[in-house]
Amino acid sequence: MKKQTPLTIRTSPHLKKVLTVPQIMANVVYALLPICAWSVWQFGLSALALIIVTTLSCMATEQLFTNISGKKSTLSDYSVVITGILLALTLPPGFPLWMAAVAGFVAVALGKMLFGGLGQNPFNPALVGRAFVQAAFPVSITTWTPGFLPERFTSFIPSSLAMPFMSPADSTAWISNQVDAWSSATPLSLFKFEQVSTSTSDLLLGMVSGSAGETSAWLILLCGGFLIMRGIMGWKIPFAVIFGAFATALPFWLINPEIYPSPLFVIFSGGLMLAAMFMATDMVGTPLTPRGIWIYGLFIGFLTVIIRLFGGLPEGAMYAVLVANALAPLIDSVTQPRAFGTCARGTGLKKQAGEKA
Amino acid sequence: MSLFNQPFKQKGFLRLPWQSKSFANGIHPEDHKELTEQKPIRRMPFSNKIIVPLSQSIGAPAKAIVTKGQDVVRGEPIAEAGGFVSAPIHAPVTGTIAAVDELVSMPNGSKTPAILIDTWPSSDQAIRYLQPRDTKVMSADDLVQAVQDAGVVGLGGAAFPTHVKMKAPKGKTITTLVANGCECEPYLTCDHRTMLEYTDNLLKGLQLAMVTCGAEKAIIGIEDNKMDAVKKIQQAIDAQQLTNVTCEAVPTCYPQGAEKMLLKSLLGLEVPAGGIPADIGCAVFNVGTLAQIGELVPEGRGLIERIVTVSGPGVSKPGNYIIPLGTPLPFVLKQVGAIENPGMIILGGPMMGMSIATKEIATTKGITGILVFPPEQLPSSSEPEMPCIGCRACVEACPMYLNPSMLGKLADVSRHQEMMDEFHLMNCFECGCCSNSCPANIPLTQKIRVAKQSIRQKAQNAG
Repeated sequence: MKKQTPLTIRTSPHLKKVLTVPQIMANVVYALLPICAWSVWQFGLSALALIIVTTLSCMATEQLFTNISGKKSTLSDYSVVITGILLALTLPPGFPLWMAAVAGFVAVALGKMLFGGLGQNPFNPALVGRAFVQAAFPVSITTWTPGFLPERFTSFIPSSLAMPFMSPADSTAWISNQVDAWSSATPLSLFKFEQVSTSTSDLLLGMVSGSAGETSAWLILLCGGFLIMRGIMGWKIPFAVIFGAFATALPFWLINPEIYPSPLFVIFSGGLMLAAMFMATDMVGTPLTPRGIWIYGLFIGFLTVIIRLFGGLPEGAMYAVLVANALAPLIDSVTQPRAFGTCARGTGLKKQAGEKA
Repeated sequence: MSLFNQPFKQKGFLRLPWQSKSFANGIHPEDHKELTEQKPIRRMPFSNKIIVPLSQSIGAPAKAIVTKGQDVVRGEPIAEAGGFVSAPIHAPVTGTIAAVDELVSMPNGSKTPAILIDTWPSSDQAIRYLQPRDTKVMSADDLVQAVQDAGVVGLGGAAFPTHVKMKAPKGKTITTLVANGCECEPYLTCDHRTMLEYTDNLLKGLQLAMVTCGAEKAIIGIEDNKMDAVKKIQQAIDAQQLTNVTCEAVPTCYPQGAEKMLLKSLLGLEVPAGGIPADIGCAVFNVGTLAQIGELVPEGRGLIERIVTVSGPGVSKPGNYIIPLGTPLPFVLKQVGAIENPGMIILGGPMMGMSIATKEIATTKGITGILVFPPEQLPSSSEPEMPCIGCRACVEACPMYLNPSMLGKLADVSRHQEMMDEFHLMNCFECGCCSNSCPANIPLTQKIRVAKQSIRQKAQNAG
């Protein structure tokens, strides 16, 4: 009798769902690619270089840290690629590339690896990087370039190629060579500082200037919708963020539409859509409880609008997500779901049984 | 990694709360029931050796009342109940007792005393040991006693002696009896076939149980992937004009067949945490159990065989078989054309069942299914555990509203007391939804199981 191979023993459940963490992350990367493509179409070579630089910088940082700590490389779980792409999408297209590399390093080093890598980071790493460069390079991060310039595929935006620690070249000449009249201000800063409103259809289609990947609201909605349809991302957080922003902006607009933006302008402009679909939904920093994610999402929407309307910055989505990330453990602890078989108020059980009997 | 190789979320994805009544959360695993659900139940031959473990159900083991060398007739009691929460055992075959108190392996790896019977090769194996009686004139207590004498235990897998549940506990009344025909475990179809082929027995058993429980009405709850069974039972109910019995389809969703979930779906009531269905005036029985009661009690026979789903990719003749209790597993596997070197054998369903280390075991009353998988087609992957990314899949899957992610993290650092006090650890009934849905491949169910055992052990040591 030949020797039998031993039976495999595993603990139940023996059935596993197909999706794994790398698959989830890879799908998010796929969903981000159309947004990257739009960004490159709109801003040209500079946007492409920006996305590549931040992604490579993030990946190299993660590899460096896993090497230092003697762990197995974690690049294959794709999560760092998401960080890199998301970071690039929030930066101005003409952002100097060396600064982008610094942003990528800070995002992964400070925002992720120092906390222990995937699953341990309290904040969205991409936004940590974005917040760092916002503080470190306040001029470059608010220098916008109009889209669809004729020479965008043949030459870089001059500021992109700035040497490290040198002040970036002025792109004004390069731009005015190509178009006559232009405004590089984003719809949000136009509105905040000049009270000029941009039409909703331009915002939806992305015919405005802004960060590399935040211009086209409908494309972001579409890509987010793809993830939701595939069951990779819940619809609740994006919906809560957008609804929260809408509901916060609505009363102000009703009171005085002259000063305050319309709710539609609020939700389709700036980084809100990208934040709602891809930043706020970053699984690690979100609360776990069913009620918690509603509170979390609504809070992000609310805070974004409050920062935009009353804060010193034209855009508040980034800080709103970071603050909400910080609050997530607290939200979790106060919204623990009631256990099955205990009434919401704790005492209704006997009555329930009595009613039935 | 292809972009479109994973299925979109399908069933239940866009179901709104008011569209159907069901419990909250749960999962929709691929059910693989197509392998066996259309195949009529067939009888398996008798093996020439029968191994009857004395401990087949929850509660005290049975006590052997036969001696070595004694001849027994099929259906004759060979072991008596060892207490109230215990069930007697009857001879599954006509034959000679080869050994009493022989230690044999159980599926969980322990050894337990068993009675070995050598089957008479020439016997016709007719059941001659029976005492037909009129159940209509029997009192409730007599019926409960008759169910215990028949050795009936819960055939849905728990193997809890049924007669214990058939009387309302002191101080509680049972108004509604629920027959559980959900069979939410993937692969298993034995209850489905039972409902189709033994409908009358099922209704008879249901009515007997209603008498003993004092229930006013009965509901048969069936998952809506078995509409043929719903139709068949509804026809039988109409034909017999049973006014107090209804048959209801509930959404197909694992773990619909857990009694707390089914009660929530059918009645909208939650069994109190740590409580039993009787706390909300209900009693839940598996349809297979009721069908056996309906068949055995009027004839005064004992439980000597059960319907088992034998399925999986490692079996060439999958189906539902009536298998005499105590039939050795290798004999069963040979009969169904199982592959020679299986990679994994699961007893029960793939979600809550147990993978076994050895084939040298016997079928018992609690085995609902035998699933065979070739080594290259194991149902679960052995991918390494990744860090929790907080995706909430487990929280959204847990039918008991627990937070498995948090429980898993606390279990890693052995904070078992906190798990129990603040995160309702003991409410978990180990359905496996959390582990199943975890993309990071974290064995959450197992971590919770270990934590529960540790707490029980601590309580035992203290008490």
